[in-house]
Amino acid sequence: MGILDSKTPSGPLADKWTKHKNDIDLVNPANKRNIDIIVVGTGLAGGAAAATLAELGYNVKTFCYQDSPRRAHSIAAQGGINAAKNYQGDGDSHYRLFYDTIKGGDYRSREANVYRLAEESVNIIDQCVAQGVPFAREYGGLLDNRSFGGVLVSRTFYAKGQTGQQLLLGAYAAMNRQINRGKIQAYNRHEMMDLVLVDGKARGIIARDLVSGEIQRHSAHAVVLATGGYGNVFFLSTNAMGSNVTAAWRAHRKGAFFANPCYTQIHPTCIPVSGEHQSKLTLMSESLRNDGRIWVPKRKEDAVAIREGKLKPTQLGEEERDYYLERRYPAFGNLVPRDVASRAAKERCDAGFGVNKTGEAVYLDFAAAIQRYGKEKALTSGIKDPDKETIIKLGEEVIEAKYGNLFQMYEKIVDENPYKTPMMIYPAVHYTMGGLWVDYNLQTTIEGCYCAGEANFSDHGANRLGASALMQGLADGYFVLPYTIGDYLSDDIRTGPIPTDSPEFDAVEKEVRDRMEKLMSGTGIHSVDYYHKKLGKIMWNKCGMSRNEKDLKEAIKEISELRKDFWENVKIPGEAGSKNQELEKAGRVADFMELGELFAKDALHRNESCGGHFREEYQTEEGEALRDDKNFKYVAAWEFKGEPKDAELHKEDLVYENIELKTRSYK
Amino acid sequence: MSGLIKSSIARKVVMALSGLFLVSFLVIHVTINLASVISPDFFNEASHFMGYNVLVQYIMQPILIAGVIVHFVMGFVLEIQNRNARGVGYVQYKGSANAPWVSRNMIYSGLVILAFLGLHFYDFWIHEMTYKYIEVSPENPTRYYAETVEKFAPLWRTIIYVISFVLLSLHLWHGFSSSLQSMGVNNKYTPALKTFTKLFAVVVPLAFAFIALYHHLNPITH
Amino acid sequence: MKLTLKIWRQKDASSKGQMVDYTLDGVEGDMSFLEMLDILNEELISKGEEPVEFDHDCREGICGTCSLQINGEPHGPDRLITTCQLHMRKFNDGDTIVIEPFRAKAFPVIKDLIVDRNAFERIQQAGGYISVNTSGNTVDANAIPIDKHAADAAMDAATCIGCGACVAACKNASAMLFTSAKVSQFALLPQGQVEAADRVQNMVRQMDLEGFGNCTNTGACEIECPKGISLENIARMNREYLSASVKG
Repeated sequence: MGILDSKTPSGPLADKWTKHKNDIDLVNPANKRNIDIIVVGTGLAGGAAAATLAELGYNVKTFCYQDSPRRAHSIAAQGGINAAKNYQGDGDSHYRLFYDTIKGGDYRSREANVYRLAEESVNIIDQCVAQGVPFAREYGGLLDNRSFGGVLVSRTFYAKGQTGQQLLLGAYAAMNRQINRGKIQAYNRHEMMDLVLVDGKARGIIARDLVSGEIQRHSAHAVVLATGGYGNVFFLSTNAMGSNVTAAWRAHRKGAFFANPCYTQIHPTCIPVSGEHQSKLTLMSESLRNDGRIWVPKRKEDAVAIREGKLKPTQLGEEERDYYLERRYPAFGNLVPRDVASRAAKERCDAGFGVNKTGEAVYLDFAAAIQRYGKEKALTSGIKDPDKETIIKLGEEVIEAKYGNLFQMYEKIVDENPYKTPMMIYPAVHYTMGGLWVDYNLQTTIEGCYCAGEANFSDHGANRLGASALMQGLADGYFVLPYTIGDYLSDDIRTGPIPTDSPEFDAVEKEVRDRMEKLMSGTGIHSVDYYHKKLGKIMWNKCGMSRNEKDLKEAIKEISELRKDFWENVKIPGEAGSKNQELEKAGRVADFMELGELFAKDALHRNESCGGHFREEYQTEEGEALRDDKNFKYVAAWEFKGEPKDAELHKEDLVYENIELKTRSYK
Repeated sequence: MSGLIKSSIARKVVMALSGLFLVSFLVIHVTINLASVISPDFFNEASHFMGYNVLVQYIMQPILIAGVIVHFVMGFVLEIQNRNARGVGYVQYKGSANAPWVSRNMIYSGLVILAFLGLHFYDFWIHEMTYKYIEVSPENPTRYYAETVEKFAPLWRTIIYVISFVLLSLHLWHGFSSSLQSMGVNNKYTPALKTFTKLFAVVVPLAFAFIALYHHLNPITH
Repeated sequence: MKLTLKIWRQKDASSKGQMVDYTLDGVEGDMSFLEMLDILNEELISKGEEPVEFDHDCREGICGTCSLQINGEPHGPDRLITTCQLHMRKFNDGDTIVIEPFRAKAFPVIKDLIVDRNAFERIQQAGGYISVNTSGNTVDANAIPIDKHAADAAMDAATCIGCGACVAACKNASAMLFTSAKVSQFALLPQGQVEAADRVQNMVRQMDLEGFGNCTNTGACEIECPKGISLENIARMNREYLSASVKG
């Protein structure tokens, strides 16, 4: 077991969580009033945790860099949220959701955590409906479900293409109720700059008021980090511009182990890059793959002609197109998991079949679906022998009803009508499965420092299934963390308020001030974005969808050099003592510069391909991922030792008692 | 009442209710006026009834005056509050891009109507009050038609009246349907109701204008 | 294309601001409006000047952070999008673009184009929720069937992103559309009806306290709303408020 104790309860899988809840210590309601908790990040996990902790009676302070908790990037999740409700009666169960999640994660997640997630998934739906989340319904008034990539049942609940928004607004509303009751103090436009440890326990944070520039001390008995993923280490990703790793990285530097940083999910259906000016990538819901067929031209000449604008995709006949997913994976076809779909697109584009001017795009074609739906609609509307135009018109109406908002979004960005010309898509960085290592209670390796949602590493293994991120964020926030944290806090009922005038706070505040001063003193000419873009290019080219030893070694060297240049030369106008967006960005990029290096180091050490981590040296003859369960069936948790390259590896062996390890196959 | 005025929605409702009340008054007014074109005798009879009926004179007339006062006082209050709510103004504000002129300029159409009401009161109401209560002249059920027609003899007055009716039309164009929205009426009948209010906003002022022009062009020749 | 930009610059909340002119070359149609501003800022930084600060985050039209009054309209001339989704192909070479912060007394400027929208937070805190515990011990999600039309209408109201374009567009700086969207969402659902009367009264009271103007039904908010929130919601809030007042 080594230094990492997952604290997984004993007993049969299905009983572990219930048993654990019965066994752990609780804090009585009167004592909760004497306990303060800091929650950093107010997305699904942080918002839900803050609301529930406040409702239980703790004094909660929340921190977010946005001007409102409602703006956290959970809001951008489109597709839906999984729950093993089995409302469709298609054989779903806790076990099946558990199994799908473990398999989807390529057998790199902890069984007990995932089973708990599957169990709690059903509570989430009940909870959210009670909160007034307007999920889609059928005409009978009951909840509707859709299916999602990588699974064989319909278990995804959704609210149009804005499920993340509606769930976040539900958590936000729950927070507002507690703010109104005075149980939550919300510090919006505040950024956590560092974590403060007293006697080895997390006891507070140093925060910066982003409006006034003031550096503040906040103390608490426990600190919860729910600050999301680190996809922005790639500069271009589907994350929000402000999404960052700072809170997690600062905790890492103070002793929290960082687990599996190289597990990154690349989402297959994003709008391709249009040029150097690009600041972020836009994702379109995976649900599009339910009806869209993905292809590139069969002949390279055709791809070249399309790139040069000499040929239109609609001019190519069926026999001239390569529906490569359907060809390679007949069973799942266009609905293979995200990592498989993404790599297949890259493979075709690298082979020279890409279709936009950058050569990095494939088609997502709805013509067949429009035909199919059009004929169906004509039949049900009693139209006999409909002509071509009628079928297309009816079919387009059905597609519009299902995906109208996505099609509109595509047209606004690309300026092409996706009903008439196939959409162009390309994979983009979307989600990071890695994060701070946590035990079964969601506690990091720092006592009193908890981590929830995308920021931790826990439930998705090496690859996350669609519609599971929302599920994990809310399960952690509403139903797991508020109870497990009580076990730790039960020792703190007599501690009393934590003073902020201690030497520990003095020291960390000084570190924070020195660091900012150093950033402001750069003497070069380049902006923060210049460095961030450079870092992103290294990450995408050498630590992206497929990786190899040579590239990773180069990446480690290049990132380390870039970091040195950054610290000496980055140019930040303005001053530290007032609103300064460049300084905000600089602090975040500085941490990405360190994380990026650890990311590459982790990818380099993992000599196998699994889930979102694909090493070119480890693939089958057909180009499929080759996992090595004998040597790598563990969580890689890295301990900070001064420089990212010196980080020390700790292994948490993954024990599979309920699932037989298999090679993932979607053929 | 003070509680009511404190809430922005209550203020809207007061505007809407007083406005709707004034709309209903317009219906009576235009009906009786139309009679002056069709049947002078009926016009005289109706006018006399309105002028001497106790209910009309001592109950309905004060309510009407109160309605007018409430509507315009509240209109001013809202306008001042609304102007203050912006704080620092825009360098460029493109109101025409998202809202029709009439809806953005109710205060101006309203002010013109208010000014017109001054003239109209001077022309008819002051005249009536003087006739009945100051000069204490005897009842004369046949005087109204001639008095009315005579008023429209001067061209300037007719022109002022017609211009005011155009502004009344603009005011109603937004105000009538807006009052329904303020009262919370917005459902599947709204498109039809909206068409009705727009028709009303055109037809009623048009009728008033027609009457004014008709009497100007057809003076009583003795 | 080459553009002239007239941008509001203001050091902080207490300073006096002014419009400043910039020229920017090399703008492409595929750029988003904010990417155009990114390029301007890179130029300013390289010249040692302070970049123009503006709010933005998701850059895909859902977080509601970005704002900007562009040529006299919130989120610019295009419809049903936020500023981050506005593309430069909507403008022509040689255009002059006027960029100002959203203006309302209840939205004081923090810096340059960034405004403080905490008034919206306080309106939501006053009642924008259903008072249900988050402990999970509630009834099964399918225990109460909800009419699909009502659920869809609630969803339409719930898509509000809280950006403030309604206030910015309204000649009265009224926040009725924003407030009514939340009131409507819950009034349409059986779960929300229990405390509907308190909710609408508390939220409207807070809205008025914040100093927003009165609604005069011009409809500008609906036209400019990036999510197409309908005026029906304002009518529904008026009804809810009236019936709550009558009930006392």
